[in-house]
Amino acid sequence: MEYYAGEYDVAVIGAGHAGIEAALAAARLGCRTAVFTINMDAVGNCPCNPSIGGTAKGHLVCEIDALGGEMGRTADECMLQMRMLNRGKGPAVHSLRAQIDRRQYSMVMKHKLELQPGLDLRQAEIVQLRRAQGEYPWQLVTRMEGVFSAKTVILATGTYLGGRIYVGDVSYESGPDGIFPAAFLGQSLKELGLRLRRFKTGTPARVLRSSIHLENLEPQPGDTPIIPFSADTDAAALNNRLQQADCYISWTNDETKRIILENIHRSPLYGGKIEGIGPRYCPSIEDKIMRFPDKQRHQLFVEPCGRDTEEMYLQGMSSSLPEDVQLAFYHTIPGLEDALIMRPAYAIEYDCVDPLQMDASLEFMDFPGLYGAGQFNGSSGYEEAAAQGLVAGINAARRVQGKPPVLLDRASSYIGTLIDDLVTKGVSDPYRMMTSRSEYRLVLRQDNAAERLTPLGREIGLISQERWQRFCARQEQKKAELERIKRVVIAPSEALNRMLVSRETSPVETGVRLYDLLRRPQLGYADLADFDPERPDLDAALLEQVEIELKYEGYITRQQRQIAQMRRMEQKKLPALDYTTISGLRLEAQEKLNRVRPANIGQASRISGVSPADISVLLIYLHAHSGADAPQEEG
Amino acid sequence: MLPLQPEKQEQGWEEVHLQKAGRQTIAAISTPQGVGGIGVIRISGPEAIAVADKIFLSASGAPLCQKKGYTAAYGHVMDGEAPLDEAVALVFRAPHSYTGEDVVELSCHGGVYITRRVLQLLYQQGAVPAQPGEFTQRAFLNGKMDLTQAEAVMDLIGAKGRQAAKAAMAGKEGALQRRMHAIEEVLLDAAAHLAAWADYPEEDIGQVDTQELAARLNEQADALEQLLGQYSAGRALQDGIATVIVGRPNVGKSTLMNLLAGCERSIVTDIPGTTRDVVEDTVLVGDIPLRLADTAGLRDTTDPVESIGVNRAKSKLETAALILAVFDASQPLNEDDRQLLRSLRQQTESAVIAIINKTDLPARLEVEEIAQWIPNQVFLSAGSGEGLESLQNEIARVAGVERLDPQQGMLATERQCAAAGEALSCLREALGALWDGMTLDAVTVSLDGALQALLELTGQRASEAVVQQVFSHFCVGK
Repeated sequence: MEYYAGEYDVAVIGAGHAGIEAALAAARLGCRTAVFTINMDAVGNCPCNPSIGGTAKGHLVCEIDALGGEMGRTADECMLQMRMLNRGKGPAVHSLRAQIDRRQYSMVMKHKLELQPGLDLRQAEIVQLRRAQGEYPWQLVTRMEGVFSAKTVILATGTYLGGRIYVGDVSYESGPDGIFPAAFLGQSLKELGLRLRRFKTGTPARVLRSSIHLENLEPQPGDTPIIPFSADTDAAALNNRLQQADCYISWTNDETKRIILENIHRSPLYGGKIEGIGPRYCPSIEDKIMRFPDKQRHQLFVEPCGRDTEEMYLQGMSSSLPEDVQLAFYHTIPGLEDALIMRPAYAIEYDCVDPLQMDASLEFMDFPGLYGAGQFNGSSGYEEAAAQGLVAGINAARRVQGKPPVLLDRASSYIGTLIDDLVTKGVSDPYRMMTSRSEYRLVLRQDNAAERLTPLGREIGLISQERWQRFCARQEQKKAELERIKRVVIAPSEALNRMLVSRETSPVETGVRLYDLLRRPQLGYADLADFDPERPDLDAALLEQVEIELKYEGYITRQQRQIAQMRRMEQKKLPALDYTTISGLRLEAQEKLNRVRPANIGQASRISGVSPADISVLLIYLHAHSGADAPQEEG
Repeated sequence: MLPLQPEKQEQGWEEVHLQKAGRQTIAAISTPQGVGGIGVIRISGPEAIAVADKIFLSASGAPLCQKKGYTAAYGHVMDGEAPLDEAVALVFRAPHSYTGEDVVELSCHGGVYITRRVLQLLYQQGAVPAQPGEFTQRAFLNGKMDLTQAEAVMDLIGAKGRQAAKAAMAGKEGALQRRMHAIEEVLLDAAAHLAAWADYPEEDIGQVDTQELAARLNEQADALEQLLGQYSAGRALQDGIATVIVGRPNVGKSTLMNLLAGCERSIVTDIPGTTRDVVEDTVLVGDIPLRLADTAGLRDTTDPVESIGVNRAKSKLETAALILAVFDASQPLNEDDRQLLRSLRQQTESAVIAIINKTDLPARLEVEEIAQWIPNQVFLSAGSGEGLESLQNEIARVAGVERLDPQQGMLATERQCAAAGEALSCLREALGALWDGMTLDAVTVSLDGALQALLELTGQRASEAVVQQVFSHFCVGK
């Protein structure tokens, strides 16, 4: 029998990476918040790779940190190894990646939730979500028939919603890592009127470290020194704290391929059992071999899962083939000949929502107070999930407090780009962040994430006074340095010209500003140290940022022009409209516009199937129906 | 759109031009092309008067910016230092104009060459091509039209959009589409390789060879340049090349005119000059339409009537795209010939062919001396028609039409031309970044820009196309 269990401002369903950020943000902004997890030991679980960050994902983590989220701090705390990817490929694509101790990460996150004032972490499977009247328009019903009332609800169900695991012929209802799934909530959401679809993802086997011939594999050590994700992390202390763990590289071969091809009919995907759409970016090893038959070999990484475990993760080798086939093909790989498989690889299919039903605040347009975040929204990856969780949590809290939502546009961040892509273009398979998805990537760099977003984080209320002061002091330092290098003139000298020629750049005949030398692509602060004795003692990251801004000034200015242009279009708001009634719009455009319901002309112009002519029609419609305030000549 | 950091709200209609910044000044030919004696070029926007002032020199010397609304000025459209054509400029001041903005209407002599050249000059001075229906749109947006006309305007634009989409679809099978597609493919491959290389540093993606990349981008830049070059040649094919026959009296100009006019039955139109006594015939020479102007013989004269004709011939000379300078093979060069040669030297913008006429008579002309001034020479007997074929070939060659193969497809519209131009300038930027030793992320941004310009023609978005290509061509993922 149902019983009344309590009421909250914000109720978060799911305590994965999205749910954690959502719950912490809402509670920290002063909302009475609950976060429900199906299993108390699965909070902040990393059921796939034991790592945080990576290309574009590193950007997301730094942005989450700048806005006052938790992922960066915890990743720093739990890291086993850190590397800056893409050094040498340009500042836009520098990305930090950390191997983490997955159990520790989960424990630390759980503990942070427990310690957070105003936040209740509760184990309960939510089986029904229903609408109610009054101040608390939502009710959540647990499996134990408790009824919670909430002003706002955030759905962050990950791969639990209708989860089903596939290993060859074997399949059963399950969430990740053998935890039971959310079997009832999906039906309730459909009855509410949400459009759900089936997506699929997968994970490779975990093998026992001592059974791997690591001595035969190429090790991949971490960086020294390392740069942390979070502005709150003491980099020096982190560098001194502990020795980093190694990862290892190996390759598949012809024999691996032969075994997989001979057994491909036993794959649930190729055998037609899985209806879910798998991610393109995360193909199983059988996908890779089927889709790229000419490729001789495929690379894999052997990664530690933690300090207190001997489990090793095989990145690049996810599979849904039967267990016996997995054993056979894993054993063909150098180093893994005698590997003991502790957990087999599996594919998991789950329900998620069509994100076109949401706006950029991550609120469902037809359901005020209902938000979605993470894999539930059709994305993939811990970092993508955390980013959305943070935004959903902030906006749920703001709704409760009667404030307007925080909307991050594409030019503000990767987070904004991710959300805009989801709610404007929708997804056909799980969405992964990539640097190539951002048209403004020379401006949206990892190194300036704090600069871009800390002021917003501060305004939202998630950045402490102490941190804000540190941030402002650093900005002052940077400003002073930018002024200094424009002032300092270096006299020509033989030593200077020798160095210039050795860096393959032209020598100077007259005095030259430090600024002009640093702008040359061939030169850096390090090269000029001897000629710049007055240089203040600034940290390497700050100097690097100054250098980047000088060298890429022209490109950055150009992107900023494009951004200004884009923002003008975003300011042209679109009211709620039935687009089928608008004469002149093409049928396809009417349908797409009705489905996406763009907030402004800028968003409308990014919808595929909406042409520039359709946008002109919309603008004219807007002017025609804006009544008295017809546009005047600009003054 | 960060509501916590609100930006100044800017009102305006500039969003109509989705891809372009600022409040732009647009220009277009507003009379039907190739018809009638007068061509009107309309310029509208905040810079309309300033832009017009840059190419229009009034006879009174007063600039248009000093003119009140509803006034006209007579003068010349200037192509650099040289007058291109006589024109009348009508100035309308906002909001009292068709569009409600500042508007200048330049009325000059019709004919496709002149009006297009005027338009080009305006584009060079910062005006941008008007989109279909844009003057009407602006008129509406500026409150110059009744609100009840809104639906009609929207239908009009919608219809134009549908037409454009249809045209793009039809073009898909076309030769131009294949050429553009070939360029897109190479750029997309390069962009996808760079994206996979940057986004999947842990996969065994091949290294990017910057030299090879530069070579590939260079090839595409060349291809775009060729397309753009052929665009003007292609327009010449469509519209006819403004051609003038010059020479001192009695060298056989009229015979040549008759030969050219008569050698093909297909005289397309007769366009009487509106202010001049020069008669223009559009004739086909081979496959190339020439808008041929016969002029008075050039010589120093004291006869006032003749001197008017001579001056007009000279002014015609300055606006022609192709000059056929005729010399008499049977006579030595005289002072009038030499003066013609000297004046032709200044016509750096136009192509010149020296026609050595009367080859049927004993040769007494200093052909080598002419060759020093005019390298392109054709020997002809206008009377017998001997040498006509080599004249046709030479015209084709100097007009740049010779390389045109209609099977290869050409840029057909200003919009395609603008897209190709934008793509080319982005590619040059990418090449510049490579040349400067910038990191490849800077290169990819320009490369994406080039791709975006081309893909927009078919309504695609570059970032999606690149991501798609990454997943279909590279085996990447954990």
